[in-house]
Amino acid sequence: MEQFTGKVWVLGDDIDTDIIIPTEYLALPTVEDMKQYGFSPLRPELAGQIGEGDIIVAGKNFGCGSSREQAPEIIKALKIKCVIAKSFARIFFRNSINNGLLLIENDQIQEHVKEGDVLDVTLGEKIVHHGASYEIQSLPDNLMEIINAGGLVEAMKKRNGVK
Amino acid sequence: MIEKIISRNIGAESVTPGQIVTVNVDRVMIHDIFIPFVAEKFEEMGFTKLWDPDKIVLIYDHMVPASTVDDIRHFKIGDVFAEKYGMKHVHRSDGICHQLMTECGYAKPGNVVFGTDSHTTTYGCVGCFSSGIGYTEMASILGTGEMWVKVPETIKVVVNGKLPDNVSAKDIILKLIGDLRADGATYKALEFSGSTIDEMTVASRMSMSNMAIEAGAKCALFAPDEKTAEYSNVELSDVDWIYGDKDAKYCQTITYNAEDLVPVVACPSQVDKIRDVKEVEGTKLDQVFIGSCTNGRLEDLKAAAEILDGKKVADYVKLIVTPASRKIYQEAAKAGYLTILAKAGAIITQPGCGLCCGRAGGILTDGERILATNNRNFLGRMGTSKVEIYLGSPKTAAASAIAGKIVEA
Repeated sequence: MEQFTGKVWVLGDDIDTDIIIPTEYLALPTVEDMKQYGFSPLRPELAGQIGEGDIIVAGKNFGCGSSREQAPEIIKALKIKCVIAKSFARIFFRNSINNGLLLIENDQIQEHVKEGDVLDVTLGEKIVHHGASYEIQSLPDNLMEIINAGGLVEAMKKRNGVK
Repeated sequence: MIEKIISRNIGAESVTPGQIVTVNVDRVMIHDIFIPFVAEKFEEMGFTKLWDPDKIVLIYDHMVPASTVDDIRHFKIGDVFAEKYGMKHVHRSDGICHQLMTECGYAKPGNVVFGTDSHTTTYGCVGCFSSGIGYTEMASILGTGEMWVKVPETIKVVVNGKLPDNVSAKDIILKLIGDLRADGATYKALEFSGSTIDEMTVASRMSMSNMAIEAGAKCALFAPDEKTAEYSNVELSDVDWIYGDKDAKYCQTITYNAEDLVPVVACPSQVDKIRDVKEVEGTKLDQVFIGSCTNGRLEDLKAAAEILDGKKVADYVKLIVTPASRKIYQEAAKAGYLTILAKAGAIITQPGCGLCCGRAGGILTDGERILATNNRNFLGRMGTSKVEIYLGSPKTAAASAIAGKIVEA
């Protein structure tokens, strides 16, 4: 199983898609152009501070709101390794799988972890924080197939025989 | 009810919640914001033709008419894509996508429909299983006509009795979202029934199914009746199989007595932060918005016109009225509602998403406050992140526009 460590950014409950990327920036031509505005209504400085391999730890209902797929794309473009939340909104969940953004559900770690802490994650098994271990589940097989193909675009390319 | 729709769609005897199935999509909707991304992903995936051009609807609404030069790029990409792949159903300025999908008969009772917008749950008002998806997933449906779904559990919502005069469908759905919270129905279907629902117009049911996503729901279903059959132009006998069986299993049942309900608002900046209007009465307003796919229909404009007839909007308040579609705009003009609203001092805009998606038509700045009839009040949705957005019914909005502060109708 894949294992990685990352620095934590802590966000609250109900982080909605207008917070992740406000509508006014959706018409920018690329996700690269948009990513500097990620999370700007809540924490304008955050997008500039996030580093490669960092981890977001949030509360319940992460990604609620609109169907905008730029939300997981921006989180991925900011080079966040994974989002750990108590729960995810359903459209955001699908969009993340389809774009290869890793999501982990866990509802215990939030009360222990502080911003800047480092987490040690073993996929499908556990998260380790300050020596304490938190169990995590793996995703259903049909979703792992999409993720293993590298997202839905790659899965469809394979289906259509595109190299 | 959702299990029946999915079973029939896939040709199975029955399905059970939690089961993952592949459904045959009856119709899809793509709007202007996401068409460039759908087009790009579709071709990147290696598709060379659409699974069925007749089943695909493209609607320009979030950016119509263009408010920045870059908006036009979206229309051009959409037009090229539609032409190249032979799409016939393109609406370039007819109104908001969710209004048009049922108004034009694209989403009918018993259908399975997906759209690139979270408020696609709206078509549940006619007993259609409809839900929002992202553009990558939409691109794959355009090529395959299929999508996987997990059969959801169902929360049954029963409303019985007669609503007080100043309480409307909007107040019921806001109350429900407040009780369920923003994630209370995540991955689940909502199913509405009871005498209040039976008495309701399809338009009112639409206000409720529209907002189901604000509690996280996958869909929100109303069993078709005579009113639905007439609205959707179908025979009731063809769609009367769509209802919740007496012995159907529900994961939760919530019951309201209509007589007990009062006008409510969602306070900044969460849709589930519900307070009685009485509790926030007197809160001063800079702007009022009546419109959107939630509450921009004829009955909403009528309700506002009845309250504003012969009255004036408070001097320092801008009242913005946006009909949900061109058809509604024309009907409201014919019925005289637009004249009443204009005389009262309303700014009446072209049909479209307008202010609701914060792109045009009355965006606000730091410290300003609005009462709006749309479906979301998130930070930064209608301008800067220091705008306070309250959500309420058209009646509450109209009465508050006159008072210049939040009041009960």
